[in-house]
Amino acid sequence: MKNSVGREIPAEALAVELKNGRKYEPYQGKGYRDGKYIKKAGPTTKIYQKPSESKLLSSIREAVIACGVKDGMTVSFHHHFRNGDYIVNMVMKEIVDLGIKDITIAASSLGDAHDPIAEYIEKGIVTGIQTSGIRGKMGDVVSHGKLKTPAILRSHGGRVRAVEEGDVHIDVAFIGAPTSDEYGNARALGGKGDCGVLSYAVVDSEYADKVVVITDTLVPYPNFPPSIHGVNVDYVVKVDEIGNPKKIASAAARMTQNPRDLMMAENTAKIIAATPWFKDGFSFQTGAGGPSLAVNRFLEPLMDAKGIKMAWAIGGITAAICELQRKGKVGKIIDVQDFDTGAIEDIRTNPNHFEMTASEYANPANKGAFVNKLDFVVLAALEVDTDFNVNVITGSDGVLRGAPGGHPDTAEGAKCCVIVTPLTRGRMATICEHVVTVTTPGDCVDVVVTDYGTAVNPNRKDIIEALDAAGIKHVPIKELQEKAYSMVGRPDDLQWKDKVVAILEARDGTILDVVREIKPYEI
Amino acid sequence: MELKAVGTAGTLESSDVMVTLEPRTSGGIDLTLESSVINQYGRQIKAEVLASLERLGVKNAKVIVNDHGALDCTIKARVECAFYRGCQCDMDGRFDWGGVIR
Repeated sequence: MKNSVGREIPAEALAVELKNGRKYEPYQGKGYRDGKYIKKAGPTTKIYQKPSESKLLSSIREAVIACGVKDGMTVSFHHHFRNGDYIVNMVMKEIVDLGIKDITIAASSLGDAHDPIAEYIEKGIVTGIQTSGIRGKMGDVVSHGKLKTPAILRSHGGRVRAVEEGDVHIDVAFIGAPTSDEYGNARALGGKGDCGVLSYAVVDSEYADKVVVITDTLVPYPNFPPSIHGVNVDYVVKVDEIGNPKKIASAAARMTQNPRDLMMAENTAKIIAATPWFKDGFSFQTGAGGPSLAVNRFLEPLMDAKGIKMAWAIGGITAAICELQRKGKVGKIIDVQDFDTGAIEDIRTNPNHFEMTASEYANPANKGAFVNKLDFVVLAALEVDTDFNVNVITGSDGVLRGAPGGHPDTAEGAKCCVIVTPLTRGRMATICEHVVTVTTPGDCVDVVVTDYGTAVNPNRKDIIEALDAAGIKHVPIKELQEKAYSMVGRPDDLQWKDKVVAILEARDGTILDVVREIKPYEI
Repeated sequence: MELKAVGTAGTLESSDVMVTLEPRTSGGIDLTLESSVINQYGRQIKAEVLASLERLGVKNAKVIVNDHGALDCTIKARVECAFYRGCQCDMDGRFDWGGVIR
């Protein structure tokens, strides 16, 4: 069955069973489930009525046993420690050593730090993966069809929806935390490997049957105000290290000096300034990639010229936006993830820099997330096609190596979604006829800025009028694609086997696309 | 003009291709192709290399192509350069500009 972005969704994907019995549907276009009702799932939690001093256990193994982890269960993790994370590998090693099998990992995201999981997939111990990001060896083995069930890939908001709706049920959540008290009140500041916020883990703490907090810094009770509340936590384990602090928080990304990136960033800022939403009190999110980050720098003089300020910025937070706020040009920063030490330092001391949950950030199934009120979002892409569909998950070889993250959530929510990407990367045409995998549907993407010109989604007549009025040149996206192909040649279609190895969920839980097992290339 | 020794041209930088031609007396062209973009451009890279060799009159050779996303014009230039180096005629400057080099 073809979905509304023209992707054939095979019966085997639509037949994948969700925990709550909900049936998968193909993607129907943006806003499809708006106004419908869901019954939230609830966890089965243990009563702790008798007074007790502590929830401390001496090891992760003890916690795995105490939580009754057994064959067929789903365990969850968060990705605030990014590539410095030790938690996933430490916990999975104990589960595997205890001989437990048929495990599904439901993480907010997974990365290169989790290469050891690839081996558990190949051995058939890990049989399910639900995540936003999938990369490295894990992406490779899944793309080669080694995972028993299709991986389910969701946006950050889509994951919260899936947990709350009961599409996935978390049996045990293992939540790494920079600090915790003995009752499980956990914070992201004050420890050895601070990550700033614990936004993605909140839904796990609220919806998992059992919750374990793992920390390397125990602090006196009560560790307040907590990100993860002790009332939701069964056990606390102290380990030597939760992660590598150098990789948990990297130094601030340097502002790009690449003239191509700077030109695209400057053009993006001009486009933003030409739209009707660029007025006092506007809201903004940008990614941490080179050209997206540089937009901050070019936006500032345009704000000054018009005498306006930004009311709030959200998202993955970087030092760049914190700096803009220190200059008095941003009202509030509402933070779901910190990308650098500058952002973490800022949330420690700045009373106008707040932590929010992933649900508040981007969940399409609550009563209105921040993304719904967002004016502008600037995003990157691996590929964009002539229908404005974006791919951020599969490489040009068809292997899984990315993450939708908040891309589809902010793109649907924001009044103006701008994708910034060079026309070509090496020999790869970024603007192409058909993206390998649709991760953000074209009906949510408004403007594409490249180094060879800008294209506006023809559905957005209002933006076209605004750019025309400002004298900003734009071309049909087909022209950009043809220009790209004239430089690098027309790419051959990738070759696939039949097996579906991953399902790309739209944020509302319909199926946007599937990824199939890759076929070794034969010339 | 013919291949006398091993001729190499290009680098392993991105957007470049390293081409090595090794002479042999028979057996035709034995092509080994590696590319970072093999799934989408492998067929075109192979065609470009074989067409260049044919134009240069190379009938028998072991050919190793290690590509990192080079455009067709780069591939062509690297094959020609590897050939001329293998012919050891880069000392006296007898390049066939506008002939087989184009």
